[in-house]
Amino acid sequence: MCGIVGLFLKDKALEPQLGALLTDMLITMTDRGPDSAGIAIYGAPAAGTSKLTVQSENPDEDFASLASVLQPLVGGPVSVERRDTHAVLTVPAGKSEHVRNQIKSVAPTVRVMSFGDSLEIYKEVGLPRDVATRFDLTSMSGTHGIGHTRMATESAVTTLGAHPFNTGSDQCLVHNGSLSNHNTLRRKLQREGIHIETMNDSEVAAAYLTWKMQNGATLGEALEQSLDDLDGFFNFVVGTKDGFGVVRDPIACKPAVMAETDQYVAFGSEYRALVNLPGIDTARVWEPEPATVYFWTHGKTETPSKKAA
Amino acid sequence: MQTYDLEAEGLRGLNSALHAQSETTNQTKWEIVNPKGSHAIAVGLDAPIEVNVKGSTGYYCAGMNKQATILVHGSAGPGVAENMMSGTVIIDGDASQYAGATGHGGTLVIKGNASSRCGISMKGIDIVVHGNVGHMSAFMAQSGNLVVCGDAGDALGDSIYEARLFVRGSVKSLGADCIEKEMRPEHIEILRDLLEKGGCDAKPEEFRRYGSARQLYTFKIDNAY
Repeated sequence: MCGIVGLFLKDKALEPQLGALLTDMLITMTDRGPDSAGIAIYGAPAAGTSKLTVQSENPDEDFASLASVLQPLVGGPVSVERRDTHAVLTVPAGKSEHVRNQIKSVAPTVRVMSFGDSLEIYKEVGLPRDVATRFDLTSMSGTHGIGHTRMATESAVTTLGAHPFNTGSDQCLVHNGSLSNHNTLRRKLQREGIHIETMNDSEVAAAYLTWKMQNGATLGEALEQSLDDLDGFFNFVVGTKDGFGVVRDPIACKPAVMAETDQYVAFGSEYRALVNLPGIDTARVWEPEPATVYFWTHGKTETPSKKAA
Repeated sequence: MQTYDLEAEGLRGLNSALHAQSETTNQTKWEIVNPKGSHAIAVGLDAPIEVNVKGSTGYYCAGMNKQATILVHGSAGPGVAENMMSGTVIIDGDASQYAGATGHGGTLVIKGNASSRCGISMKGIDIVVHGNVGHMSAFMAQSGNLVVCGDAGDALGDSIYEARLFVRGSVKSLGADCIEKEMRPEHIEILRDLLEKGGCDAKPEEFRRYGSARQLYTFKIDNAY
């Protein structure tokens, strides 16, 4: 089943409440996904630094020495800010991908949840309410965020099998549905040198988008091409540094509702995930069309949605 | 009038209170406040009562309805009025996928748009949609009428049996074995009644009729057991 929530803020005044609003939406979707939960949150990038979110099964041990073992790798200061089993690493600007690729050699039990300049991903096994409490999600602020509650079908219930998946620098994806050609596609992507950690179908979708974008596609183009190359059921919500996008497969049997006001654009697997948002009673509420790419950005594009199909 | 606060009092209490109403109840008018997208609101009713839902609903609102009139003052989630037997369900806003699926009777009116698979496997229900319907609507429809005042999406009436489909706007594509049919005077009369029941001011002459070509496997007597 799975539940997806997403919130893209237009009104800066709501930014301090982003974590609280998203957490409420996420907990409402517990019935759709009690196995694990995760959230991707985009905050303002800090000048001169990039960051990674990492996770460990033994955070006391692993995080204590992490800054000192990473400093030689990046040739500059590294700071570690712990949140439960996760930690946000601040590294010199432009070094986060290098750390993602090399961290296993110096800290083999530390796993990378996300890398980029503004993205942080927190995800764990357990009920959404418990996961939210562990990471104190309600206290987080930001410009936009995506959450996911998982009911596992295609792979084990583990931290690495939880969504969101980090697809590239400051990019993430969550998925409701199941893919049927993920094994073939995983082998193909691995031959192309794309890094895939798990046997999870959604990670393959994330890796597919990364691969397309490495080969020159924009996120919008990669999402359009996913409609041809991915076989199965999917609602994807993707995040980038300054925007978020939505696409549904042509059959569109997985539910999706969107709401837009002057203050925000919101996505929910069900309407009840949106009911506590400010001004929802007067919001424009609609169901996104099948096989159509929607995208909102804080960048220059003023168009509220981009129709691709 | 009975008012029920769904958020405060819970779903189970609501449906059991509505189920307790008999043919001769004096509590004929109900108002449900704070529905907040909840699932299974006013499901399985069997009494001549009117239920006003003041807001949007989640999955399966008004499912299996008999006799009751249920009005949703908002939009409805997936499977609204699924397997309805009789009575009337009116949605002020939009309806999500498979609205009126497998309905045996009664009338479903959607004043906004309906999503995909509207009237899938309908078995006698009348569905009147003021706006558009999505893809695969009236898939395997067996009997009843689907009226669409706007446009229909892909594969309308795929593998249809004996239901009548009336569309005023465009049809993106017809499904397997679904064809356009002649609009005869008796169809104009049926449609006039349906439009009146649905509160539409459209003229029946503006519609086209679609139905089964009866050429699929299921229509060949040699395939019968």
